[in-house]
Amino acid sequence: MATRPIVGSPLKHDSAEKHVAGEALYIDDIAEPAGLAHAYIGLSTIAHGKLLSLNLSAVEAAPGVLSVLTAIDIPGENDISSTHKHDEPVFATSDILHHGQPLFAVIAETREQARHAALLARATYDEAPPLLDVAAARAAGSELVTEPLKLERGDVASALANSPRRLKGTMAIGGQDHFYLESQISLAIPGEDQDMLVLCSTQHPSEVQHMVANVLGVGSHAVTIEVRRMGGGFGGKETQANLFACVAALAARKLKRPVKLRPDRDDDMVITGKRHDFVVDYEIGFDDEGRIHAVDAVYAARCGWNADLSGPVTDRALFHMDNCYFYPAVRARSEPLRTHTVSNTAFRGFGGPQGMVGAERFIEEVAYATGLDPLEVRKRNLYGGEGRAITPYHQPVEDMIAAEVIDDLSHSCDYRARQAAIRAFNRQSPVIKRGIALTPVKFGISFTATWYNQAGALVHVYTDGTVALNHGGTEMGQGLYQKVAQVVAQAFGIGLEQIKITATTTGKVPNTSATAASSGSDLNGMAALDACETIKARLTAFACKHWQEKPEAIAFLPGRVQVGTREIGFVELVKAAYMARVQLSATGFYATPKIHWDRKAGRGHPFYYFAYGAAAAEVAIDTLTGEYKVERVDILHDCGNPLNPAIDKGQIEGGFVQGMGWLTTEELVWDEKGRLKTHAPSTYKIPVASDRPRIFNVALLEKAPNREHTIHRSKAVGEPPLMLAISVLHALSDAVASVGDYRFCPQLDAPATPERVLDAVERVRALAEAAQ
Amino acid sequence: MRETVRFLLGDELVEIASCDPTRTVLDWLRLDRRRTGTKEGCAEGDCGACTIVVGRLDGDRLRYEAINACIRFLPTLDGCHVLTVEHLKAPDGTLHPVQQAMVDCHGSQCGFCTPGFIMSLLALWLNERAPSVQRIEDALAGNLCRCTGYEPIIAAAQRMDSAEREKDRFVAGLPATIARLKALADSETISIGDGERHFYAPATTAALAELVSTHPQATLVAGATDVGLWVTKGMRRLDPVIYLGRIDALRGISDEGDHLRFGAMANQIAVREALATISPQLDEMMRRFGGEQVRNAGTIGGNIANGSPIGDLPPALIALGATLVLRKGSERRQLPLEAFFLDYRKQDRQPGEFVETVLVPKLPAGALFHISKISKRFDEDISAVCGAFYLALDQAGRVNEARLAYGGMAGIPKRAKAAEAALLGRSWDEAAVAAAIAALAQDFTPLTDMRASAAYRLKVAGNLLRRFLIETTTPETSTRVAGLLAEAAHG
Repeated sequence: MATRPIVGSPLKHDSAEKHVAGEALYIDDIAEPAGLAHAYIGLSTIAHGKLLSLNLSAVEAAPGVLSVLTAIDIPGENDISSTHKHDEPVFATSDILHHGQPLFAVIAETREQARHAALLARATYDEAPPLLDVAAARAAGSELVTEPLKLERGDVASALANSPRRLKGTMAIGGQDHFYLESQISLAIPGEDQDMLVLCSTQHPSEVQHMVANVLGVGSHAVTIEVRRMGGGFGGKETQANLFACVAALAARKLKRPVKLRPDRDDDMVITGKRHDFVVDYEIGFDDEGRIHAVDAVYAARCGWNADLSGPVTDRALFHMDNCYFYPAVRARSEPLRTHTVSNTAFRGFGGPQGMVGAERFIEEVAYATGLDPLEVRKRNLYGGEGRAITPYHQPVEDMIAAEVIDDLSHSCDYRARQAAIRAFNRQSPVIKRGIALTPVKFGISFTATWYNQAGALVHVYTDGTVALNHGGTEMGQGLYQKVAQVVAQAFGIGLEQIKITATTTGKVPNTSATAASSGSDLNGMAALDACETIKARLTAFACKHWQEKPEAIAFLPGRVQVGTREIGFVELVKAAYMARVQLSATGFYATPKIHWDRKAGRGHPFYYFAYGAAAAEVAIDTLTGEYKVERVDILHDCGNPLNPAIDKGQIEGGFVQGMGWLTTEELVWDEKGRLKTHAPSTYKIPVASDRPRIFNVALLEKAPNREHTIHRSKAVGEPPLMLAISVLHALSDAVASVGDYRFCPQLDAPATPERVLDAVERVRALAEAAQ
Repeated sequence: MRETVRFLLGDELVEIASCDPTRTVLDWLRLDRRRTGTKEGCAEGDCGACTIVVGRLDGDRLRYEAINACIRFLPTLDGCHVLTVEHLKAPDGTLHPVQQAMVDCHGSQCGFCTPGFIMSLLALWLNERAPSVQRIEDALAGNLCRCTGYEPIIAAAQRMDSAEREKDRFVAGLPATIARLKALADSETISIGDGERHFYAPATTAALAELVSTHPQATLVAGATDVGLWVTKGMRRLDPVIYLGRIDALRGISDEGDHLRFGAMANQIAVREALATISPQLDEMMRRFGGEQVRNAGTIGGNIANGSPIGDLPPALIALGATLVLRKGSERRQLPLEAFFLDYRKQDRQPGEFVETVLVPKLPAGALFHISKISKRFDEDISAVCGAFYLALDQAGRVNEARLAYGGMAGIPKRAKAAEAALLGRSWDEAAVAAAIAALAQDFTPLTDMRASAAYRLKVAGNLLRRFLIETTTPETSTRVAGLLAEAAHG
């Protein structure tokens, strides 16, 4: 029985004890239904061209094979395009648009049989040269996968012309594989009529439901999607789960048997989309004091073979091309290019990180051009002051706290003294050079697709006082279920042990939004609270009548209910209310207020609020090999009033390390044929334990309630911390700059692999030598 | 011949009379036994989600090792004590101290990697007391977590150490487990199969020699850290498989005065310990060899006989002047290790022959030695370039012997003969290094691939010689950013 506030307590993840015991069930662990068959997907072996023929006779004849599936077996529509552009067939029929594109599926008695059989297909192609990256797509005049966005404020041309100084540059920013530890998986179980239940590792059950219904040619009411937990998502299971769910469902329909589909890790990485890589071309006008006057930039993205979420992702890159900085005049344009690669998709930050990396490059360029310290240039350009609090999309910045966060952090981590010590060290160390950088983050919270900012919940109170909690949010490790349960426990004044967290299912809460955009707790916490308040209002009305009290005399306190002068247990109240025929179940709903967005005009108020943070990173690089080590990181991050500070700290640490991986060792490489060469952990290197900074000080901003009326005044924390890792890129850059006595901008692109670091060292060294 | 495989799964005696010779332990656990706590993350031994702990008899003691179940073949478990994550909770539901520490430190988020971490931590906890942070990082280098950023897991590893070991079920049960395993041990050759394909596991070198002669086309399996992928990724159906892991005689490492003698089946953990006595540089290189699970399973013989151009031991051993002993039947022949590598994935191993022993000379007094491994990620990565250098100087300080061996620069591990020639007879100084670097372009035309470009490889290959010079002539200059050598330099 709870006796102290539950919201705000650093409670453990609801599944922690199951995780460590191997008892938490992921979809592949659930007891398999009788008659289960296994599907596997056959892939194209070219990146671009026409499929001339597909001979599956050897596949069908392979041991254990039950059936094969191609596009002609699809009773509904052969399309799973999440933005309804009809550009994403389940199975290719003619056009091959990336290497590893699904052509067919084979269903066999065992997964191993299906995997072996899938390799026996014989396809012939009319092969065409693939466009693999931004440069090639631009050179070939490749089309855009979706309508580009332009943000504009002020007269950029004249502001640039009138700036005391100007410079131009280009930055390449690499993509990133999600590398969720649990690969994609779906288990489809056919029912009566044309019903289909799909257990799917997805962040977006409602979309999977619509896609499955669409390919099966049935109504959404015939399809139920359920997910208790994912083994990681990070955006990679927002739209990318659709394919696997649909293929499993199509197979289950055809065979009238349950069918499971789990791709091997390598195939998962070959098939599914990743974080977009960008090329940012920029022109900056500024003055000798390091103040930016104007920015004109184009954000070209490798979007892959279909639109998927590339529209909103490239939009969000533009929304964050300012980071914390005010540009008096600004123009930003997106260029979402079609390429013959996997269709890039949502990934923690959703384009925001790429936009923000660009902003920090602008700052760095201005700093080196003026000879000013980069942190000083950052501070001089922060939002704030008269007429300096308006974003490129015309939303006023009303909650700006970056200046305070930067000052607090630079003070607490002794930034200036360490910077001086590092410079002294570098003067006497010929091989190893150290670097330090402090970068801020401002991240807009809300889906820019305004209608996504809604959520539903379903709360049942049973007569024994236990509660079943359901909402539209999904659990991928971020602790959403636990946070919402804390909200519900506190609302009723009951203990968490009285609450059963139930799997997300489209059958209980319909028309849900993806668990994405960091919005999970904001939306679902509010929706669940709404349901609780409905039930509490009914219980209050009942108690007033039953015990002859006024509503203000009823209070749900920790572990008890105050009814006038008497205190009763929650169970007692619930039992009495049931006997009096009071409804003890309610739905809840929430829609984020204040937001609107006019994409055509490039104006609006797309974000309810901003989350802030700052990080200071210190690194050492080896100027002979480009190897490096992140030695220390200090973070101060804004979670508002955190719902669960332990979970939030986990998001900050984990997001930071994931962002660090993106900007350092995680490199995606395609060969000239368009084959992904980094399709497994042996070749694609996410951080390991020793990559985390040995000194890692993470603090949550204290006494900083969200000024907006969010759930218990908390702030979203899923994505913003990822961008704190930009400090690592800039610390590396600072170390590189030392070889040119800090006179030349290293222009270190991402990911800063040892090879790129060494290249930058050599470039700066050459500039320094040429200048002498 | 024994036609069954026997091992302990927790307390349960498992006896298997028929199985696919390359059935993975992971599939057996998850599909045959429905023990789904152990997860599949990558099926190539790189992510550690499938980590289990396997105890094997080593004389009178039981050695517990974390291994990757995803690339370990089921019949290789013969004679072992197998622990999976499901074994850890006490019968009354109490969490094991390792599990409790992870809960207390918020060490899990999505939880999918967690069972693997738990098992790696269990192995660490069973084997070592008060491990350093560096040691914890090494023990976890083969476990990927995408959620937590590792900080709370490291904290858990430190916290678990305070638990009372003597009261632990696994520790208390050791004598009984050892007795049970000893009762299972025999020197019979195991022969098992699924009716179509066969698996053999001899217990003696003589039996192995005979089997390899009888089945010259057999796939010899040591740690299966590469062969496992031929099955899980290459979808190959190997037949027959001959497993070398039951032959204790092949695991031995001995000091022969001026050289070390390694049985082919000495695992990388043991090899590291022995090589560390030759040079701290080798200690550091072996520290970064794969992840802990791979170091437990992988062997010196496997790393050589596999013939990979990017294996890290061959350059090190070529620079040291190692000799290989190959055996066929009762005949043995010796050859310099560098002569074993003929061409990409092609070695001088005849059908019916196997690598039995590796002889590694110690460094003579005054010799200079260096090894650097350069990879995209510092730990648990494959070399873009590995450079291992041996120099002997005469009394005037001139180079009179040079072996510069590289991995990642050609289709095989290879010496840089032109660069060596450029050094011979010269003082070991900047000018000599410059000449050697210039000569490297004659020695190598490296490839561009996902690990590095050709230009980077060539540049770094040269810069490693610079690093060697700096470390041997101005040791006060720091040259390493991470690892044991950096920590030693930091003090």
